[in-house]
Amino acid sequence: MTTTSNRYQVSIEADPALPIIRMTRDFDATPAELMRAHTDPVLFARWVGPNRMDTEILDWDATTGGRWRYVARWDGMEFGFHGCFHTVGEDTIVQTFTFDGSPDDVALETLWFEDLGDGRTRLRTQSLVDSFEGRDQWLASGMETGVDEGYAKLDALLGELR
Amino acid sequence: MADDQLSRVFAALADPTRRDMVARLAGGDATVGELADPYDVSIQAVSKHIRVLADAGLVSQTKVAQRRPCHLEAEVFDLMTKWIERYRQQAQERYERLDAVLAEMRGESHPTDHHTSEGAAS
Repeated sequence: MTTTSNRYQVSIEADPALPIIRMTRDFDATPAELMRAHTDPVLFARWVGPNRMDTEILDWDATTGGRWRYVARWDGMEFGFHGCFHTVGEDTIVQTFTFDGSPDDVALETLWFEDLGDGRTRLRTQSLVDSFEGRDQWLASGMETGVDEGYAKLDALLGELR
Repeated sequence: MADDQLSRVFAALADPTRRDMVARLAGGDATVGELADPYDVSIQAVSKHIRVLADAGLVSQTKVAQRRPCHLEAEVFDLMTKWIERYRQQAQERYERLDAVLAEMRGESHPTDHHTSEGAAS
Protein backbone atom coordinates (compact mmCIF):
# COMPACT_ATOMS: atom_id res chain seq x y z
CA MET A 1 0.00 0.00 0.00
CA THR A 2 1.30 3.45 -0.80
CA THR A 3 1.73 5.89 2.02
CA THR A 4 0.61 9.48 2.08
CA SER A 5 3.51 10.69 4.21
CA ASN A 6 4.97 13.00 1.56
CA ARG A 7 1.65 14.12 0.16
CA TYR A 8 1.35 17.10 2.48
CA GLN A 9 4.21 19.50 3.09
CA VAL A 10 4.62 21.88 6.00
CA SER A 11 4.60 25.56 5.09
CA ILE A 12 6.40 27.88 7.47
CA GLU A 13 6.44 31.62 7.93
CA ALA A 14 8.63 33.71 10.23
CA ASP A 15 6.68 36.93 10.73
CA PRO A 16 8.88 39.97 9.92
CA ALA A 17 7.05 42.28 12.34
CA LEU A 18 6.36 39.99 15.32
CA PRO A 19 8.47 37.22 16.93
CA ILE A 20 6.10 34.56 15.61
CA ILE A 21 6.57 31.31 13.71
CA ARG A 22 3.51 30.06 11.83
CA MET A 23 3.14 26.63 10.28
CA THR A 24 0.40 24.96 8.26
CA ARG A 25 0.04 21.26 7.43
CA ASP A 26 -2.85 19.12 6.16
CA PHE A 27 -3.61 15.61 7.42
CA ASP A 28 -5.70 12.65 6.31
CA ALA A 29 -7.64 12.61 9.56
CA THR A 30 -10.67 14.21 11.13
CA PRO A 31 -10.21 17.13 13.53
CA ALA A 32 -11.22 14.79 16.37
CA GLU A 33 -8.53 12.25 15.42
CA LEU A 34 -5.89 14.95 15.09
CA MET A 35 -6.96 16.40 18.44
CA ARG A 36 -6.68 12.95 20.04
CA ALA A 37 -3.14 12.51 18.65
CA HIS A 38 -2.23 15.82 20.34
CA THR A 39 -3.92 15.17 23.69
CA ASP A 40 -3.44 11.42 24.30
CA PRO A 41 0.02 11.19 25.94
CA VAL A 42 0.81 7.73 24.55
CA LEU A 43 0.05 8.82 20.99
CA PHE A 44 1.76 12.21 21.42
CA ALA A 45 5.00 10.62 22.67
CA ARG A 46 5.17 8.51 19.52
CA TRP A 47 5.41 11.41 17.08
CA VAL A 48 6.71 14.50 18.87
CA GLY A 49 10.31 13.37 18.22
CA PRO A 50 12.99 14.18 17.09
CA ASN A 51 13.50 10.78 15.45
CA ARG A 52 16.61 9.78 17.33
CA MET A 53 15.08 10.59 20.70
CA ASP A 54 12.81 8.64 23.00
CA THR A 55 10.14 10.78 24.56
CA GLU A 56 8.89 10.02 28.06
CA ILE A 57 5.81 11.83 29.33
CA LEU A 58 6.27 12.74 33.01
CA ASP A 59 3.12 14.75 33.62
CA TRP A 60 0.09 15.18 31.39
CA ASP A 61 -3.32 16.76 31.92
CA ALA A 62 -4.58 17.88 28.52
CA THR A 63 -7.55 19.83 29.79
CA THR A 64 -8.17 23.57 30.10
CA GLY A 65 -5.96 24.72 32.98
CA GLY A 66 -3.92 21.51 32.87
CA ARG A 67 -0.18 21.02 32.42
CA TRP A 68 2.38 18.88 30.64
CA ARG A 69 5.98 17.83 31.07
CA TYR A 70 8.11 15.44 29.05
CA VAL A 71 11.73 14.53 28.61
CA ALA A 72 13.46 13.56 25.36
CA ARG A 73 16.49 11.29 25.75
CA TRP A 74 19.29 10.55 23.35
CA ASP A 75 22.75 9.06 23.91
CA GLY A 76 22.79 9.78 27.64
CA MET A 77 21.51 13.32 27.19
CA GLU A 78 18.18 14.56 28.43
CA PHE A 79 16.15 17.50 27.20
CA GLY A 80 13.14 18.44 29.31
CA PHE A 81 10.18 20.55 28.25
CA HIS A 82 7.14 21.73 30.15
CA GLY A 83 4.17 24.03 29.94
CA CYS A 84 0.50 24.57 30.66
CA PHE A 85 -2.60 23.80 28.67
CA HIS A 86 -4.34 27.15 28.80
CA THR A 87 -7.28 26.06 26.64
CA VAL A 88 -8.17 22.67 25.21
CA GLY A 89 -11.25 23.29 23.06
CA GLU A 90 -13.02 21.24 20.41
CA ASP A 91 -10.80 22.46 17.59
CA THR A 92 -8.22 24.64 19.37
CA ILE A 93 -5.35 24.16 21.80
CA VAL A 94 -3.66 27.12 23.49
CA GLN A 95 -0.60 26.16 25.50
CA THR A 96 2.70 27.44 26.81
CA PHE A 97 6.06 25.89 25.96
CA THR A 98 9.32 26.12 27.89
CA PHE A 99 12.62 24.30 27.34
CA ASP A 100 13.97 23.37 30.79
CA GLY A 101 17.45 24.51 29.70
CA SER A 102 16.10 28.03 29.24
CA PRO A 103 13.54 28.25 32.05
CA ASP A 104 12.86 32.00 31.82
CA ASP A 105 11.75 31.79 28.19
CA VAL A 106 8.16 30.87 27.48
CA ALA A 107 6.44 30.60 24.12
CA LEU A 108 2.69 30.83 23.64
CA GLU A 109 1.45 28.26 21.14
CA THR A 110 -1.94 28.17 19.48
CA LEU A 111 -3.11 25.22 17.38
CA TRP A 112 -6.19 25.33 15.17
CA PHE A 113 -7.75 22.19 13.67
CA GLU A 114 -9.76 23.19 10.61
CA ASP A 115 -12.11 20.60 9.10
CA LEU A 116 -11.53 20.40 5.32
CA GLY A 117 -14.18 17.70 4.83
CA ASP A 118 -13.63 14.23 3.32
CA GLY A 119 -11.69 13.16 6.40
CA ARG A 120 -9.03 15.82 6.02
CA THR A 121 -7.96 18.48 8.49
CA ARG A 122 -5.71 21.52 8.22
CA LEU A 123 -3.52 22.14 11.25
CA ARG A 124 -2.37 25.71 11.72
CA THR A 125 0.08 26.49 14.51
CA GLN A 126 1.38 29.79 15.78
CA SER A 127 4.26 30.14 18.25
CA LEU A 128 4.71 33.55 19.83
CA VAL A 129 8.15 33.93 21.40
CA ASP A 130 9.02 36.83 23.72
CA SER A 131 11.77 38.34 21.54
CA PHE A 132 13.08 38.22 17.97
CA GLU A 133 16.33 36.86 19.34
CA GLY A 134 14.44 34.06 21.07
CA ARG A 135 12.46 33.31 17.92
CA ASP A 136 15.59 33.16 15.81
CA GLN A 137 17.43 30.98 18.30
CA TRP A 138 14.46 28.69 18.23
CA LEU A 139 14.56 28.52 14.45
CA ALA A 140 18.31 27.89 14.70
CA SER A 141 17.68 24.83 16.86
CA GLY A 142 16.75 23.13 13.58
CA MET A 143 20.44 23.23 12.70
CA GLU A 144 21.30 20.74 15.42
CA THR A 145 19.26 17.92 13.94
CA GLY A 146 20.11 16.36 10.62
CA VAL A 147 17.50 16.74 7.93
CA ASP A 148 17.76 13.22 6.61
CA GLU A 149 18.14 11.36 9.86
CA GLY A 150 15.54 9.01 11.08
CA TYR A 151 13.67 8.42 7.83
CA ALA A 152 14.41 4.80 8.64
CA LYS A 153 12.46 5.17 11.87
CA LEU A 154 9.51 6.59 9.95
CA ASP A 155 9.72 3.79 7.38
CA ALA A 156 9.75 1.26 10.19
CA LEU A 157 6.74 2.85 11.85
CA LEU A 158 4.83 2.96 8.55
CA GLY A 159 5.75 -0.64 7.83
CA GLU A 160 4.47 -1.70 11.23
CA LEU A 161 1.15 0.04 10.60
CA ARG A 162 0.36 -1.43 7.20
CA MET B 1 29.34 29.18 7.48
CA ALA B 2 29.98 28.86 11.21
CA ASP B 3 27.07 28.81 13.61
CA ASP B 4 28.41 31.82 15.55
CA GLN B 5 28.22 33.90 12.39
CA LEU B 6 24.63 32.75 11.96
CA SER B 7 23.77 33.89 15.45
CA ARG B 8 25.42 37.26 14.68
CA VAL B 9 23.22 37.51 11.59
CA PHE B 10 20.10 36.86 13.59
CA ALA B 11 21.16 39.14 16.42
CA ALA B 12 21.83 41.86 13.85
CA LEU B 13 18.38 41.37 12.37
CA ALA B 14 16.70 41.33 15.78
CA ASP B 15 16.65 45.14 15.74
CA PRO B 16 13.77 46.77 13.81
CA THR B 17 15.83 49.76 12.62
CA ARG B 18 18.49 47.42 11.20
CA ARG B 19 15.83 45.28 9.53
CA ASP B 20 14.47 48.42 7.93
CA MET B 21 17.96 49.42 6.76
CA VAL B 22 18.46 45.98 5.25
CA ALA B 23 15.15 46.29 3.43
CA ARG B 24 16.24 49.64 2.00
CA LEU B 25 19.65 48.27 0.94
CA ALA B 26 17.88 45.42 -0.84
CA GLY B 27 16.66 48.11 -3.25
CA GLY B 28 20.19 49.37 -3.93
CA ASP B 29 23.42 50.61 -2.31
CA ALA B 30 23.21 53.71 -0.10
CA THR B 31 25.56 55.81 2.00
CA VAL B 32 25.25 56.14 5.76
CA GLY B 33 23.98 59.70 5.24
CA GLU B 34 21.28 58.50 2.85
CA LEU B 35 20.29 55.75 5.28
CA ALA B 36 20.10 58.22 8.17
CA ASP B 37 17.69 60.51 6.32
CA PRO B 38 14.33 58.91 7.19
CA TYR B 39 15.24 58.28 10.84
CA ASP B 40 15.30 60.68 13.73
CA VAL B 41 18.80 59.52 14.67
CA SER B 42 22.35 60.77 14.27
CA ILE B 43 24.77 59.68 11.56
CA GLN B 44 26.80 58.15 14.39
CA ALA B 45 23.88 55.99 15.48
CA VAL B 46 23.33 54.80 11.91
CA SER B 47 27.05 54.08 11.56
CA LYS B 48 26.82 51.93 14.65
CA HIS B 49 23.93 49.94 13.18
CA ILE B 50 25.87 49.53 9.92
CA ARG B 51 28.86 48.25 11.88
CA VAL B 52 26.69 45.57 13.51
CA LEU B 53 25.34 44.56 10.09
CA ALA B 54 28.87 44.53 8.65
CA ASP B 55 30.21 42.38 11.53
CA ALA B 56 27.45 39.89 10.77
CA GLY B 57 28.50 39.82 7.12
CA LEU B 58 25.20 41.25 5.95
CA VAL B 59 26.59 44.54 4.68
CA SER B 60 29.91 45.58 3.15
CA GLN B 61 31.34 49.07 2.58
CA THR B 62 33.85 49.89 -0.11
CA LYS B 63 35.29 53.29 -0.77
CA VAL B 64 34.12 54.70 -4.09
CA ALA B 65 35.64 58.12 -4.78
CA GLN B 66 34.64 60.19 -1.71
CA ARG B 67 31.68 57.94 -0.87
CA ARG B 68 31.52 54.73 1.09
CA PRO B 69 28.23 53.16 -0.01
CA CYS B 70 26.78 50.28 1.98
CA HIS B 71 26.10 47.12 -0.01
CA LEU B 72 23.84 44.24 1.01
CA GLU B 73 25.43 40.77 0.80
CA ALA B 74 22.68 38.69 -0.79
CA GLU B 75 24.25 35.27 -0.22
CA VAL B 76 23.84 35.67 3.53
CA PHE B 77 20.11 35.84 2.93
CA ASP B 78 20.29 32.68 0.86
CA LEU B 79 21.85 31.03 3.88
CA MET B 80 18.98 32.18 6.08
CA THR B 81 16.51 30.75 3.60
CA LYS B 82 18.28 27.40 3.85
CA TRP B 83 18.25 27.66 7.61
CA ILE B 84 14.50 28.18 7.76
CA GLU B 85 14.08 25.33 5.27
CA ARG B 86 15.97 23.09 7.69
CA TYR B 87 13.57 23.95 10.49
CA ARG B 88 10.71 23.27 8.11
CA GLN B 89 12.16 19.86 7.25
CA GLN B 90 12.31 19.04 10.95
CA ALA B 91 8.64 19.96 11.33
CA GLN B 92 7.87 17.89 8.22
CA GLU B 93 9.56 14.85 9.79
CA ARG B 94 7.54 15.34 12.95
CA TYR B 95 4.28 15.56 11.07
CA GLU B 96 5.15 12.50 8.97
CA ARG B 97 5.45 10.60 12.25
CA LEU B 98 2.05 12.04 13.17
CA ASP B 99 0.68 10.82 9.80
CA ALA B 100 1.79 7.32 10.75
CA VAL B 101 0.17 7.52 14.19
CA LEU B 102 -3.06 8.82 12.65
CA ALA B 103 -3.04 6.02 10.08
CA GLU B 104 -2.71 3.50 12.89
CA MET B 105 -5.58 5.13 14.82
CA ARG B 106 -7.72 4.84 11.70
CA GLY B 107 -6.71 1.19 11.39
CA GLU B 108 -7.95 0.59 14.92
CA SER B 109 -11.23 2.40 14.51
CA HIS B 110 -11.96 1.13 10.97
CA PRO B 111 -10.65 -2.45 11.04
CA THR B 112 -12.69 -3.55 8.00
CA ASP B 113 -11.63 -0.55 5.89
CA HIS B 114 -15.25 0.57 5.64
CA HIS B 115 -16.16 4.12 6.47
CA THR B 116 -18.03 4.36 9.74
CA SER B 117 -19.46 7.44 11.29
CA GLU B 118 -16.96 10.21 12.00
CA GLY B 119 -18.39 10.49 15.48
CA ALA B 120 -16.73 7.20 16.41
CA ALA B 121 -13.42 8.93 17.14
CA SER B 122 -13.24 10.30 20.63
